[in-house]
Amino acid sequence: MLAASPRLRAILLRVAQAIPVVMGVVVISFVLTRALPGDPAVYFAGVAADEASIEQTRVAMGLDKPLPVQFAHYVADLLQGDLGQSLSSGRPVATDLANRLPASLELTLTALIIAVVIAVPLGVLAATRPGTWVDHLCRIVVTAGVSLPTFFTGILLIYIFYYILGIAPSPLGRLDFIYLDPDHVTGFYLIDAALMGDWETWWGAAKQLILPAATLALFTLAPIARMTRAAMLTALSSDFVRTARAAGLSNRTVLYGYAFRNALLPVVTTLGMVFSFALGANVLVEKVFAWPGIGSYAVEALVVSDYAAVQGFVLAMALLFVALNLVIDLLYTAIDPRIGFDAK
Amino acid sequence: MLSVKDLSVMFQTRRGAVDAVRGVSFDVAKGEILGIVGESGSGKSVTSYALMRILDAGGMIKAGEATYSGVDLRRAAERDMRDIRGREISMIFQNPRAALNPIRKVGHQIEDVLRQHAQATRYDARGKAIAAMEAVRINDAQARFDAYPFELSGGMCQRIVCAIALACDPKLLIADEPTTGLDITTQKAVMDLVSGLIRERDMSSILITHDLGLAAQYCDRLLVMKDGLIVEQGDPAQIFGQPAHPYSRKLVDATPRAGASVRDLLPAEARSAEPRMLATDQPLVEVRNLTKTYAGKSGPVHAVRGISFTINRGQCVGLVGESGCGKSTISEMLVRLLDPTSGQIKFDGDDIAKTPARRFARDSRRADIQMVFQDATDSLNPRHTARQTIAEPLRRLARMRGNALTTRIEELAGLVGLPLSLLDRFPHQLSGGQKARVGIARAVALDPKFLILDEPTAALDVSIQAVVLNLLVDLRAKLGLSYLFVSHDLHVVRLLCDHVIVMKDGQIVEEGPARDVMADPKDPYTKSLIAAAPTPPERAGDTAPTQLETKNAQHLAVHDTRAS
Repeated sequence: MLAASPRLRAILLRVAQAIPVVMGVVVISFVLTRALPGDPAVYFAGVAADEASIEQTRVAMGLDKPLPVQFAHYVADLLQGDLGQSLSSGRPVATDLANRLPASLELTLTALIIAVVIAVPLGVLAATRPGTWVDHLCRIVVTAGVSLPTFFTGILLIYIFYYILGIAPSPLGRLDFIYLDPDHVTGFYLIDAALMGDWETWWGAAKQLILPAATLALFTLAPIARMTRAAMLTALSSDFVRTARAAGLSNRTVLYGYAFRNALLPVVTTLGMVFSFALGANVLVEKVFAWPGIGSYAVEALVVSDYAAVQGFVLAMALLFVALNLVIDLLYTAIDPRIGFDAK
Repeated sequence: MLSVKDLSVMFQTRRGAVDAVRGVSFDVAKGEILGIVGESGSGKSVTSYALMRILDAGGMIKAGEATYSGVDLRRAAERDMRDIRGREISMIFQNPRAALNPIRKVGHQIEDVLRQHAQATRYDARGKAIAAMEAVRINDAQARFDAYPFELSGGMCQRIVCAIALACDPKLLIADEPTTGLDITTQKAVMDLVSGLIRERDMSSILITHDLGLAAQYCDRLLVMKDGLIVEQGDPAQIFGQPAHPYSRKLVDATPRAGASVRDLLPAEARSAEPRMLATDQPLVEVRNLTKTYAGKSGPVHAVRGISFTINRGQCVGLVGESGCGKSTISEMLVRLLDPTSGQIKFDGDDIAKTPARRFARDSRRADIQMVFQDATDSLNPRHTARQTIAEPLRRLARMRGNALTTRIEELAGLVGLPLSLLDRFPHQLSGGQKARVGIARAVALDPKFLILDEPTAALDVSIQAVVLNLLVDLRAKLGLSYLFVSHDLHVVRLLCDHVIVMKDGQIVEEGPARDVMADPKDPYTKSLIAAAPTPPERAGDTAPTQLETKNAQHLAVHDTRAS
């Protein structure tokens, strides 16, 4: 079976390659959080604490033990799915992440879908009609997208659509207080509400989502549009497109069947990179829109040296990236037949 | 059938309008194969793109008429043009691998054309595509249908391109350098196939090529183009025998052919006496049992299988073979960029294979062994001027600085015939021949004893090739160099080399004095290589070729087994 399908083997190999990465992340996240300045024992013992009660907190938190022992405890807990207790929220980190990660993912994915839906056709149009108004529009959007910081576009959008026009709801979280949270199935409010058939809640969640998603989309749109345009231009000037045109194939076939599929490869690469940028850029957008996502959670945890929470965040992000890269690589194999065979 | 009158094509570029084709007129009759010959930039390809209306962005037909069976090709609606392309007029291109969509199965690419022109439906497309593949003599077409271009050899890809072009039974086939980049036996197989199909189906054809010999062999009539103009036309024998225009005479002269010496390639007025070579019997390079095995995905790949040969001082040895025969691996091992798996390379009596390639750059013998690379453009740093390029080995290995360096560079430029005014130009500002000169100057900068020439003229036009080959001959005489000349072109090897080695699959199949091997090849593979080279018609004024050489040139090719 393994020998029979080189592509399947390449995929399994690719999955196996992710394992050492994850182990490395576990070690680094542990060491890094310990290297943070500040003494959590002092912080959590409270303002009025004396030497003795600080020491007591330190022992209670297990911070008096040597680092290798702490690490062994950490890994043992991790294997049981226990990410530890968040000291600031008082809840298990795993629960916190499960609550907040879907919020961030929902925001990022929606933004990314909006960006792709706009940027890819824009890039294709700009490449097929260089020098026309579409090309110039593409250039303006790209320049605007990269030069406007997300917190600025976020505030600008709130100012226009909430403050002046009043068509957007107040930028406070995922759902206005008049709605009840939908039952937790996936954690994605849009999906959960749709599963319940509660379209009023769905609409409420969508209204809350649209402004932060648009802010993030504007930021992610630029690199995708630019890469699509460049890749399409390269593909359109290639020899095989000339062959296709000389064979009398229709514009549509040449454009989509030949040029676009070849241009997809660099676009998918960019998409992967943009997704990781977007997860990083999330923090600012979440702050501006009071979005209860994972980014704002991590920043708060970092400020108070909340080890467990920061470690959990880093680990969750690393796993996300590993999964993302895996998906990108698998997409490659689906698009480009040459890849599965190149893997040794 | 096709009639072109005063066709002019111009390109709108950033530096203003450029006239690529300046008023050409010709006709193609039914059943005729017309050859358009010219060097790069002559407008021969642009003419054909203009007829198909597939010019690159910025290109447009400025004036003139082009009529195909009563259809005005210049003014026809784009929709009508799409029906004509592929169905009435179709094209095959150079570099077949790039001409196919790399991520679409070749069978589907043929289906696309069939379905576009309503020659097949969804249900019978597969069968018809396989039939089209069988028409171009692809064995096992059923299995090859699902192959991607990267899984096929160059010759096979060109057959697929032919299948796409011929699938809808067009009346006119335009072949744009269809065999550039293919091996010589593959070239013959593809050309025989295409010309056979053209005759069989009673089609007309335009063959665009830079190879006058090839055009003369396969075409009924030739046009010679230069700078967007037709300078001469006529039947091949006449153009070869009595070229009327000075430019066609120059082209005919420059085409390597049986019986001509390297000086004969130059225009008559530029021919000087050939220098005397001082080949000796003292061995300079002795290769003994050289082996190179690569670890491949499916077991070891034996690139070179224990070969031995000797290059004497002042001798030029030709290494001939088709792609994949191991000739590049050998040249890389000799120039010490690659370590052999086993075997000896004795240079001046010492085994240089003992010094690992990684450390050879610091070896004192580095300066003695130098190389001229295949692609003059790719082997020059695009951000270095010609002067910097030539200075590089002098600064690094000879530690030359200041005035001494400048003097030496100018001396070298004079030696290779590069005008001093060009020394401060970047590669993109130089012509192909000038870049070749820079590469040669860099290689001889340190007064090497041994020069490896890896197809140094493969990317050059024939007239430039003639000049560069003569330069190499002069340099060898002047500097007393020994050459290993790697090439796939037996005619070129014969012009330059005293001794020739023919390789196949990592082994030597035949070696001997160049004259003897060419005149009387013993091995069937050598015979097929010689027979596959195009045979241009006789021309007046050449020294008569020996009987044997003529006889062998007509020897039927052993067909390229890999391509079929």
